[in-house]
Amino acid sequence: MAEVEETLKRIQSQKGVQGIIVVNSEGIPIKSTVDNSTTVQYAGLMHSFIMKARSTVRDIDPQNDLTFLRIRSKKNEIMIAPGKSPSASGFQASC
Amino acid sequence: MLESPKSSKTSALSAKGSVKKLKGETKAKGSAKGKRKQLGKKDEEEDVSMASIGHPEIFPLVFTEKTQEILNCRINEDITEEKPYKLLKKEDIIQDMKTRAAVSDFHPVKKIVLEYPGEELLIVLDREFKYGQNFYLVATEEAKESFLNPPEAVEEEGETKEGTTEEYVYKPPVRKPWVSLGSEKEIEEESVNESVRKIKYMISRVRREFGSKVKFTDRNASSVKDGYIECTSYQDKNFSIMKLEKDVGAQVVPKVREMSTQTKWTYPRNATTQYFPREFSDEEKELCLSSEDLKEFIISVFLRVEIALQQNEIMNAFFDDWKALAEDESAFGGKSDAYLKEYQSFTDLHYLKHRRVSCVCWHPTIYGIIAVSVTERLSYEERITQSGKLLLQKSPILFWSFSDPIHPQLMLECPEEVYCFEFCPSDPNIIAGGCRNGQVGYAAFILHLQYGRTVVLWDISEYEEKLQNAKTGAGGSKNTAVNMPTFIQAQQSGKEPHFVRYCAVSSIEYGHKTVITDIHWLPDYFEVNRMGIAFENRTGVCVQLVTCSPDCSILFWDLRAPKTTIQNSTEKAKDEKAIEAPPDVPTTFKHLDLSWRPLIKANLSKSDTSGDYSPTKISLVEEHFHYKMQDKMQYQIKPEMFGDENPYKQLRVPSAKPLKILENIATNFFVGTEDGEVIYSDWKMERESDSGRLISQKPANKYTIHDGIVHTIQRSPFFKDIILSVGGWNFAIWKEGVTSGPILQSCCSSKRYTVGHWSLSRAGVFFIGREDGNIDIWDLLEKTHEPSQTQNISISMITCIKPWIVSSKQHFLAISDDFGTLHILEISWTLSHPSSNERASVLHYFEREVKHLDYFEQRQEFRAKEREELELEKQRKKIKVAGGQKSREQMEEQMNINYVDFLDEEKKILTGLGLLKATDRFA
Repeated sequence: MAEVEETLKRIQSQKGVQGIIVVNSEGIPIKSTVDNSTTVQYAGLMHSFIMKARSTVRDIDPQNDLTFLRIRSKKNEIMIAPGKSPSASGFQASC
Repeated sequence: MLESPKSSKTSALSAKGSVKKLKGETKAKGSAKGKRKQLGKKDEEEDVSMASIGHPEIFPLVFTEKTQEILNCRINEDITEEKPYKLLKKEDIIQDMKTRAAVSDFHPVKKIVLEYPGEELLIVLDREFKYGQNFYLVATEEAKESFLNPPEAVEEEGETKEGTTEEYVYKPPVRKPWVSLGSEKEIEEESVNESVRKIKYMISRVRREFGSKVKFTDRNASSVKDGYIECTSYQDKNFSIMKLEKDVGAQVVPKVREMSTQTKWTYPRNATTQYFPREFSDEEKELCLSSEDLKEFIISVFLRVEIALQQNEIMNAFFDDWKALAEDESAFGGKSDAYLKEYQSFTDLHYLKHRRVSCVCWHPTIYGIIAVSVTERLSYEERITQSGKLLLQKSPILFWSFSDPIHPQLMLECPEEVYCFEFCPSDPNIIAGGCRNGQVGYAAFILHLQYGRTVVLWDISEYEEKLQNAKTGAGGSKNTAVNMPTFIQAQQSGKEPHFVRYCAVSSIEYGHKTVITDIHWLPDYFEVNRMGIAFENRTGVCVQLVTCSPDCSILFWDLRAPKTTIQNSTEKAKDEKAIEAPPDVPTTFKHLDLSWRPLIKANLSKSDTSGDYSPTKISLVEEHFHYKMQDKMQYQIKPEMFGDENPYKQLRVPSAKPLKILENIATNFFVGTEDGEVIYSDWKMERESDSGRLISQKPANKYTIHDGIVHTIQRSPFFKDIILSVGGWNFAIWKEGVTSGPILQSCCSSKRYTVGHWSLSRAGVFFIGREDGNIDIWDLLEKTHEPSQTQNISISMITCIKPWIVSSKQHFLAISDDFGTLHILEISWTLSHPSSNERASVLHYFEREVKHLDYFEQRQEFRAKEREELELEKQRKKIKVAGGQKSREQMEEQMNINYVDFLDEEKKILTGLGLLKATDRFA
């Protein structure tokens, strides 16, 4: 538990990181460093996106799997690391 | 022939052949006529009979009176109502017929009478002419019988009851002979009869072949003559006529189709859905967090995330290369592009005659409003001599609006001339200004001592709306203050500007002794206490001011009433008795009026000599820039909420809660003095060891660069540590921290520089105003030895320059001059828009200059050393006569000196040895 906290803290302390959300395989947020409404919004939006991306990758090659997803927009960037069960996503502001 | 409806009905009934009891005519009786009279017989008789109405045995007759006499059937004598009939003998009738032949009434029924089987015939009186005549003859025996007999039964029945249903007695049908009505013909026509006689064939065979099989063979019909009869077809001429004309009618008929559908109408119903996201409860979250899976996952994923973040840090992912490519072309703009275009100029003949504009300030929020303070354009001596007149002519602060260049919008009353003023950054309705002393400290004019050298506060919140509406020209109608004295209302009716009184002036004894030359608001994120230490400012608005004046002091003022109330109550009471505030003055700063004391008084004493510096302008590190939104993220202070009210109205006592000391506020400042020096010092007070008084620190650095009064000390809006100082005939740029001197110093120009200001949008551009009315535009990236552009604005001296950014397309420069005119100029595009990396270039330039300065210093030292060495060398070379390049005299001299030295040496040695007496001397 403490290790998890510590790791998350390390990520959070990086420059430009606005927040971290940890989400389980169903898309329900487990842990978050931002307020509830933002968490829920991101979790809801990202869940289907991750599913789609993952299924795309696996459709093309079933041996393959999604390792990392970065969505870069004008103002900031969203990074998503999918795992087997829970998935963590963090978003970073532009410098 | 009249037919009663009854008889027609009767005839209809008779056609059906129903048999009913025959009743006699009993019309005379008048009984209920529910009876039907029916006669069963239908005979085809003569037309005379009443066959047409179904009574073929009745023959209407006309009996004349003569006939009636003959036959004794006179009406009302023989035949009466009771007995309307008479039986006549047949013979009588015949005789009558014979006698009278054609004249006889019986002529039409002659045949009937002759054929009549019986002996007597019945004659009935037809009183109502039912059958058309007055009598009628009944032709048959049966009818006669029935007539004679039933009437009795009828009479009986008629008398008994009316409307009784008749008793129906069934009579079985009686066979009657067939009466042909002509239907046989039709039947004959329809029936099929054989019209052709049938041909009979008899075929026989020989007996011996009887019973044997018959053999049939074929025979061609044409093989035997007459074996067949042919009907050859031929073209009948009748049918060869070609029809050339044919009448055809055509009609267009629309295809019409009927179709129908039925929709099910469902009535509209409100339906709502509400959903909420699935969330874990806290316990579940804890459970998840402490699971092993999560730990493994995080550890495995963490590396990727870190790499990604680092990638972003290394390279700026959001850098748009395409856009950056485009900007470089405009880096070296030509001279012709950079100019200032005249936009508008404001002058007022009434208030601004012979006045000089001392300070100009843009309104921070409302577009197009600019405030101007004016002073008399007099020299010192003239000021003294005319001191009496100056009392009456109050110089106000005027507010101009772009929409109206002739009439100022608002006028702020000043107790004395305001030399400098500034809008409060947190609330643009508060203005603080520093006055000029009208007097030179004569005690005789008490009235003016009260108002000299003071800091004045105005609150124009009531007029804010008016200022905002200045564009639309709705003047005076929307003023919200209710209790306005009448004379001001009279002012409003015309186009006169509104006159606002000041809210508060500082106290005299504790203020500055001479004119206040510079005033600044401290930014709203910190405040200072009496020791000069910076604390966090809980109120969230600017509450403190800094003023400086050539009386060698810098004063810090606080807008809030001081904590000690005991002292002030007496003072306040006195003040209230002495002066009553006029009713139209806002009471925002009532607590300060006339009792306002400074918080800190910092002296600038000279370090090496005694005496103090006389500052004219001051520049703090932590300035609140109106025109640039500072990133104040490092000071995340939550101000105390005052509700929606203007926080300035509720500033009373400074917060009693302990305030946090802000460590990273720099308390240093730059000061320009009257003598042209630039001084760098700190405002923190120290406690003197012996007396315990608070004294200010001695300035850290002092530079004498300018030859006249320093008119401007200003920090660059882009770099916090670059300061521009303008004074005398030159200007200098300093960097804070570089103590060796200015990093750039201009050469002396032909005309005195009077004022300077950095450009707000371009990092390397600043404007310098001169005393001949010209503006020098300097661009550090272009040239540093002379201005990149000079433009003439007015004929008199420029007194103040203030740029302002309204929008990205409109950059204004407000320039005021000695004649009281305010010019608004528009800065052209090249001057107002920086190139893409201008800031970086300018920064680079400054750094280079600093390095250059360092290098220069080093070189100075080096050169100093070198010079010393050179001197030494020279000295040494002078002593040493080495080489044959010396002249003869020099050589002889040298030999003489050597010889003298030698002799001295010799003498010393011999004396030392004791061989020579002291008195021995060489000649």
